[in-house]
Amino acid sequence: MDSQVIANDPEETQSAHEHSPHLVHHYATMDQQVESASFGMWIFLLTEIMFFGGMFMAYLLYRNWYYDAFVAGSNLLSIQFGTAMTTILIVSSFTVAMGVFCSETRNRKGLVAALSLTLVLGISFLCMKGTEWHGIYVEHHVPGPNFSIETFVHPTDARDVPMSPDAAQHTQIFFFLYFALTGIHALHMVIGCSVLIFLLIRARQGAYTDGNPTMIHNFGLYWHFVDIVWIFLFPLLYLISRHPLK
Amino acid sequence: MSSTSIINLPNQQTARMPKNHYLNSGYGLKSWALTLDHKRIAILYLLTTLFFFCIGGLMAALMRLELLTPAGDLVASDTYNKLFSIHGIIMVFFFLVPIAPAVLGNFLIPIMIGAKDVAFPKLNLLSYYIFLIGGFFELYSIIWGGVDTGWTFTTPLSTHYVNTNVISAAMGIFIAGFSSILTGLNFVVTIHRLRAPGMTWFRLPLFIWSYYATAIIFILATPVIAITMVLIAMERVFGIGVFDPALGGDPILFQHLFWFYSHPAVYVMILPGMGVMSEVVGCFSRKRVFGYTAVAFSSVAIAVFSFFVWAHHMFIMGISNYSALVFSLFSMLVAIPSAIKVFNWSATMYKGSITFETPMLYAFSFIGLFTIGGLTGVMLASLGMDIHMTETYFVVAHFHYVMVGGMVSAVMCGLHFWWPKITGRMYPEQLGKLAASTLFIGFNLTFFPQFILGYLGMPRRYHAYPAEFQVLNVMSTAGASILAIGYLLPAMYFLWSLKYGAIAGSNPWQATGLEWQIQSPPLKDNFEEIPVVDFEAYDYEWLANKTRHEVTNVG
Repeated sequence: MDSQVIANDPEETQSAHEHSPHLVHHYATMDQQVESASFGMWIFLLTEIMFFGGMFMAYLLYRNWYYDAFVAGSNLLSIQFGTAMTTILIVSSFTVAMGVFCSETRNRKGLVAALSLTLVLGISFLCMKGTEWHGIYVEHHVPGPNFSIETFVHPTDARDVPMSPDAAQHTQIFFFLYFALTGIHALHMVIGCSVLIFLLIRARQGAYTDGNPTMIHNFGLYWHFVDIVWIFLFPLLYLISRHPLK
Repeated sequence: MSSTSIINLPNQQTARMPKNHYLNSGYGLKSWALTLDHKRIAILYLLTTLFFFCIGGLMAALMRLELLTPAGDLVASDTYNKLFSIHGIIMVFFFLVPIAPAVLGNFLIPIMIGAKDVAFPKLNLLSYYIFLIGGFFELYSIIWGGVDTGWTFTTPLSTHYVNTNVISAAMGIFIAGFSSILTGLNFVVTIHRLRAPGMTWFRLPLFIWSYYATAIIFILATPVIAITMVLIAMERVFGIGVFDPALGGDPILFQHLFWFYSHPAVYVMILPGMGVMSEVVGCFSRKRVFGYTAVAFSSVAIAVFSFFVWAHHMFIMGISNYSALVFSLFSMLVAIPSAIKVFNWSATMYKGSITFETPMLYAFSFIGLFTIGGLTGVMLASLGMDIHMTETYFVVAHFHYVMVGGMVSAVMCGLHFWWPKITGRMYPEQLGKLAASTLFIGFNLTFFPQFILGYLGMPRRYHAYPAEFQVLNVMSTAGASILAIGYLLPAMYFLWSLKYGAIAGSNPWQATGLEWQIQSPPLKDNFEEIPVVDFEAYDYEWLANKTRHEVTNVG
């Protein structure tokens, strides 16, 4: 709350002090507390953008340097798989939004249902991610000593001509960035799902539907953010470069 | 008291420490380890960062001893590499970055804005423990073999060519980074949302503006170093080459990512000091800080500019000449807001009623040394100069003038200024003045010769040097031992004052600001009742009117 407003109307802030059972002692009003929590969450998301930003920078640079290698790497990822994962995440964003709605309208059953659905969707996303990683592992495309360059074909050649070993080595950088970006995204999903389990247990006991939806609201912000990161990852890793310039 | 001092202590015969305060609100390990009180967390940070300062200082002492003679006779070159790496890592990430925000900021921000605590007390405690865990990682890498990459972790040296504890050192910085992020987040939300009624943005003490700018840098820059450290560790563990030119990676990319954090971090190490200066200079000149708005916005301007200058660390690394030109220009532009501050502090003192208590002596030392450090920074920002000076002792002297001459003076200044508020007791004033003078003399004797050494071409990070440089190096080492006395003396009389110091009363300096209107040490909740602010910052007339009718001496 703007301090000027509080200054102009000190009585109101004083009277609100007694009411809400959710008010922590160092806040004057419930409004102030809720706004602080959500403001803090937004700033946290800002730091997350900077956190991913370093890797996006690296992606941008190497994509410009090793265009062919990035095309070859990108072609090995399954577009159907990626689309399915994207759909799952978008639906989970919807269920989280429904959870926030239910929490605000004090609908306990609705909240539990929405959060459970979100958890199921989140875990299925992680399972699909794991499957995809396993596939890459089997084909020896995990960067490191076991990396194999045999299966890469030159993107601008219609026939299946192997890439030059030099250029094919650079796909390692593509796959490293792929694992770094999707890995840290998946880590965020794991953290999200863990928090979700905690919220579910509390929500079943009646928390968050008693007039204090802040926690669910902030979790929703986090979940949407993780989704949005994926919305950037999906085109960068799966979609663009699939049809190389001739 | 004579007219040369403004110290106003209560009558020591009748004065008593307040009955209830944050230090006696709970006893035992648990009341400290699990405290949510921002003041106690500040004390925890103080003890931890001072511990790290001792380690870093010890490394510096060993280095200076080695450099006493031209031959590399005290330590081998490998050991010397470890010494300066550990000195740099500890001093930057575990002392300079946390000391001012986490100690003075944690203690003072809520009180100065009229709040009972920071916005998220649990997060505050969590960030302390995160810092502690990061510190343990760092200690592990020091004790089990050290790390020798320099504090800059230059690739591919750090990823492929050294076999020291790079991974644990990088992880320590990664973890401690989250402590900075959470502290910054906490401060921003606190300053935005928890100001007392009537405490508008332009009634805030300038201290708060500086810390706000610091917090912005924490939030925006620290995540980038975090991910960079992860990439370094991954590259070492899995041997993949994002930064390795042999595999197609780009070591310059590492430099960009590293300095995108580390240059703004340099301002993290000076902005809080500038906040302390504004408070102290105003108080000991008995005047409102000249050009309040300009000083406030120059803090924010420094924070904004700090994000557009990082490549000036890379002028010799083969970045394009055009971008070097732009970064050179931006680096020089940072001098403008910095100069605004220095000029405004000088203008505050002009025709002020200046007194020379210990904090003011440190403030003088800050302003002078920071100006030298800042101006040599402008010299280094110009391309031709920089190519000549890079990797010489000139650079070492430049950033030590800013960080030690500037920031450490400011921290000492702040500790002396708020010591009566933190502990409720005064330190011995004469010894304080002696220590401040010792620090100033020792500092200049240590680091001024290094400007000349650098100009003559002595490179940094070597344990041996040609015999012609010995005289200046001996001066520097001699200065370092005086500097050490300048640190040990306050440590001793601060400890002494905890038990035997004079009782300070609530406002020994007769300063404005909400923190001086409450008892010292403060209550656990700071204020019995949240104050309504109806006065401007640094309004010494308001204070005089208020205290004129107060009864301070009973009986």
